[in-house]
Amino acid sequence: MDYFLVSFFLLEHIRKTLHTKEKMPYWHQRIEYAKYISYIMVAAFFISDSASWFSWIGNAFLALLVFTAYKNDDFYDVRGIVLSIIPFIVVSFVRDLARIVTPSFYDDYSNYFSAIRSFAFVLCFIIWLFAQRQLKELQKEREERQREEREIKAQKESLEYLVAERTHELTLQKEELQKAIEELKSTQNQLIQSEKMASLGELTAGIAHEIQNPLNFVNNFSEVSVELCQELEEEIEKTEISSEDKEYIRGIISDLSQNQEKITHHGKRADSIVKGMLQHSRASSGNKEEVDVNALADEYMRLAYHGLRAKNKEFNAALTTDFDETIGKVNVLPQDLGRVFLNLFTNAFYAVAEKKKTLSESNQETDYRPEVKISTKKFADKLYIRVSDNGTGMPEHVKAKIFQPFFTTKPTGQGTGLGLSMSYDIITNGHGGTLDVDTVPGEKTEFRITIPV
Amino acid sequence: MKILVVDDEMDVKSLFEQKFRKEIRGGVFEFSFAFSGEEALGYLAEHSSEVVMILSDINMPGMSGIELLKSIRADFPSAPPQVMMITAYGDSQNHDQAMQLGADDFLTKPVNFIELKEKLLLVK
Repeated sequence: MDYFLVSFFLLEHIRKTLHTKEKMPYWHQRIEYAKYISYIMVAAFFISDSASWFSWIGNAFLALLVFTAYKNDDFYDVRGIVLSIIPFIVVSFVRDLARIVTPSFYDDYSNYFSAIRSFAFVLCFIIWLFAQRQLKELQKEREERQREEREIKAQKESLEYLVAERTHELTLQKEELQKAIEELKSTQNQLIQSEKMASLGELTAGIAHEIQNPLNFVNNFSEVSVELCQELEEEIEKTEISSEDKEYIRGIISDLSQNQEKITHHGKRADSIVKGMLQHSRASSGNKEEVDVNALADEYMRLAYHGLRAKNKEFNAALTTDFDETIGKVNVLPQDLGRVFLNLFTNAFYAVAEKKKTLSESNQETDYRPEVKISTKKFADKLYIRVSDNGTGMPEHVKAKIFQPFFTTKPTGQGTGLGLSMSYDIITNGHGGTLDVDTVPGEKTEFRITIPV
Repeated sequence: MKILVVDDEMDVKSLFEQKFRKEIRGGVFEFSFAFSGEEALGYLAEHSSEVVMILSDINMPGMSGIELLKSIRADFPSAPPQVMMITAYGDSQNHDQAMQLGADDFLTKPVNFIELKEKLLLVK
């Protein structure tokens, strides 16, 4: 019976500890057979009515188990337990041997033999118990470690996710910063440009003033010279020179007089240019006047057109006017409204010129006809002015910003970004009107001025 | 009538002499010229009672027309000559200051000589 218990538990222990079913199917099979053998041994033990020869079979079986387990490296992990049954085998063997060799001795000490054998038997289970406990602790530790590893892995993953997230954020920030720097650079360029324009304006005013004085002398002296010529002519009459000579002298005087008049005429021209420069450099010029708005619009349309033509000889555009002749004279700030017209027309011509340039660069110049149109209408005490072009148009984000100061789509040096913001100011604050824009990207732009009259 | 013209531009002299040739010849006007405020004050110290009318530019190096006007009003309160300011800067600030300091008239350049002649004849 004790052989069965020892062998059965040993086999079970090996089977469980080494997970033979999964890890070593070859040995699993053997262990199963060995278990059957131990069952048979139990049966044989009871059938044979605990015959003394039986213990030899038990000894041999256990010895075979120990030998097999000890010889095969596959059982290295359970070797301790396997060895633990050796005392039991040895004691059993010695007892059986004693029983055969010296039966008298055996009979005298059979109690001792039984005690020692029981002790060895119990020892097997104690060691097995310890081993079991140790194994459990190991198992626990292993599980603990596995849990920790899982936790670390999870932490690592979350860290990696965080890093990826941060990297993404940083990349976005970097891009934003780069964009901001670019915007700052272009703003700086625009500021420098507008600063240049402002100082140019001051310079213009200064130059105009400085030219004004000498120009006054030119005009005054030439005027006085005309008067002197007249006097001279009168004086000639009083002298006694032959009429032929008189005629000759009169001819010279007439030429002189005409020359002086020409000097006066051109001097006055220069004077009006200087005056225009002075007025243009001034921030806002004075009072409202009764003005023919149609004539004003027409004048500035031509001015803007020829301004662009002077820079770009190939430029060409159809100028279409649709004036409401019943408007008559309207009370406006002529200088300021002139500036608004100049800005709107300059932009319109620029837009059509750009479109033409783009089309010809991409060889799509079909039959594009640049056209800039002005129309005026007076209706219910309001004056409606429309300046439209079939140029490049504007995307929404550009349209949203065009009335902001310093916003420009033109390359640096070609626009200050102040034209439309100034125009907006003149129409809304200067005239109590509105300035709106309607645009289709790539097709057209229309500015609408509405002024109460 | 004796008129003192104060201007830092030398050519003003010949311009006035030619523009008012007939009047000078006819003895209607008699012009004297000073090319700075200081010179004008020196001239006035010698010929204080003779000068009836002073035409002065405002923007001059050294003493300006405004300072000259102040000095004249301070130095000759008993027989005050008429003072007419002439300037290229026709802004209201210059005008108001001149009138406040006792200028009799204010003209802007370029001078309209026909208008000036009429004004001078009126003074007489």
